[in-house]
Amino acid sequence: MSEYVISVLTLMGIQSFLALSTYLLLISGQVSFGQQAFFGIGAYLGGALTAVFGAGLGTAVVVAALTAGLLGAGVGLITLRLGGLYFAMATLAFAEMVRLVWVNLNWQAEVGGFLVGPKGPEGFRDIRYIIENDISGESYLVLVLTCLGGLLVLFWALERSQAGLRLRMIENDQTAAASLGVDGLTHKVVVSGVAASIAGFGGALFAHFMTFVDPMNFGVMLGVHSLAYGMIGGMGSAFGPLIGVALDIGLLESLRFLSSYRMIVFGCLVATILIIRPRGLLDERTVHALRRKVGACIRNRGLSNSARST
Amino acid sequence: MSDFLQNILDGLMFGASYALLGLGFTLTFGVMRRLNLSYGPTLMVGVYAGAWTSLNLFNSLLLALTVTVIVAVAVSLVIEQVSFRWVKSDSPLTPMVSAFALWMVLEEIIVLFTWGRQYPVNNPLAFGSLYIGPFYVRGDYLTLFLAALALMVLVQVLVFRTAFGRKVRALAENPAAARVIGIDVDQVSSRVFALVAGLGGLMAFFVAASLHQITPHFGLWATVKGLIVMVIGGLGSIPGAIAGGLLLGVVESQALWYLGASYRDLVAYFLLFLLLIALPQGLFSREKSAARR
Repeated sequence: MSEYVISVLTLMGIQSFLALSTYLLLISGQVSFGQQAFFGIGAYLGGALTAVFGAGLGTAVVVAALTAGLLGAGVGLITLRLGGLYFAMATLAFAEMVRLVWVNLNWQAEVGGFLVGPKGPEGFRDIRYIIENDISGESYLVLVLTCLGGLLVLFWALERSQAGLRLRMIENDQTAAASLGVDGLTHKVVVSGVAASIAGFGGALFAHFMTFVDPMNFGVMLGVHSLAYGMIGGMGSAFGPLIGVALDIGLLESLRFLSSYRMIVFGCLVATILIIRPRGLLDERTVHALRRKVGACIRNRGLSNSARST
Repeated sequence: MSDFLQNILDGLMFGASYALLGLGFTLTFGVMRRLNLSYGPTLMVGVYAGAWTSLNLFNSLLLALTVTVIVAVAVSLVIEQVSFRWVKSDSPLTPMVSAFALWMVLEEIIVLFTWGRQYPVNNPLAFGSLYIGPFYVRGDYLTLFLAALALMVLVQVLVFRTAFGRKVRALAENPAAARVIGIDVDQVSSRVFALVAGLGGLMAFFVAASLHQITPHFGLWATVKGLIVMVIGGLGSIPGAIAGGLLLGVVESQALWYLGASYRDLVAYFLLFLLLIALPQGLFSREKSAARR
């Protein structure tokens, strides 16, 4: 694979973390415009841990994810009592506050004769961990995809668990869920924390991949994009947001010859998909039908096998 | 002390434009339950068109304003059709994301035509400042304020004194019942979209003129300010949107003076965040429990 393909794939992998973070909130009925805040917290904290404090990549990513998760649960605790649009606005306000903190943050330490650290609007340069440790593009891609695969397995387990069922209940009707003994607020706060830590995890991977981040990376547009991924890809399964990411980055990177029209093409594509399939390409009904088809195939094969053996 | 009062005066003058942006959102979301994220970009496209005609065809304020309003209304109607009528979904989220997709298209079209550079807007209203005792008012801010005031009165009259306004209020009160008594929901919706685009387009042109320029960031700016004002004021409340806009203007101008430009937006978002937690129903809401589910 060429360097270029590897870097596009890595970026798609990292973006998927953010898309899945927003998706997790979506399947519990919460619209967030602000997951990019936790992505940014993960990026700045993860970057500072390796570049300034000399921690390893693993430690940095885990600490960034945990911190983002705690913050996410805290913010969720105070904002999730708000319903619908109010919650969306609160997340937007929080994310913009966090972004403006990065704009005003000037904190640098001397490492090996150089000043390293976030420098206000100019951003955080020289997060050189993967260069210093000679990690090749391929191995970083493998690392990102392995983590993403692990996350997808967790999502797959969630969709089949009691907890996943309860989240869908809360999404459909919180009052009805409460009448069946499912406490909406507690579930939502936990979801908010977990979603934030997924975003923080992706953010730390992003900072080390880019080697430098600046506040412009974490604007409202990023948050709305991550919301759009779930909407166009489909809300039926965790593969939906990945399809959204693949469409946005993959398709548009391959349409380079249209480069100056790419946003126009993507925008029209999203608008068209939403007209034809309001719940995304891979919506619940499609997922259900696919599952039944696959299930029927397996069962038929099992039957014919057992018929043969008797 | 006199700085403080001067800031309040500046804030009120500029806050009137925020109030009008908030009013645009209040009328479409609070009344029609349609959240048009593309509102800001729509106005931006209108202002670009208006500024282009006055720069390239004929330099006249009246012509520029007319073109701005016509283009903004046309774009708004297209968005209403594509994102709110063609998209059939029970979730209010789907049309919102669709409107966002059109926002990207609009912004990109503008960037294609202007290479993303700032575009000059003639300011025929930049006459001298007006002095009142120790205070002063910038001439173009005063025009902005008076224009906003006139448009607010117009909205008030349209909503509370006309047959059209009665239909709008009926829809806001109970959409199902409004349908039953024969109100054409689609028609009212189109008219509301056209109305807010026209009002907003006028306001946006005055804002851009007072800054002497417009950039592709204007869409995001207008949408975010409008949303903040709508939420501060309480969804669906016209006096709330006006009070919210003026409050936001005053707070921003105080923050700009005492803390500096880089903290102005931070303070605005902090205000929104605090108000949401402390007073989620907004300053002037009719339904006390609207925000809490």
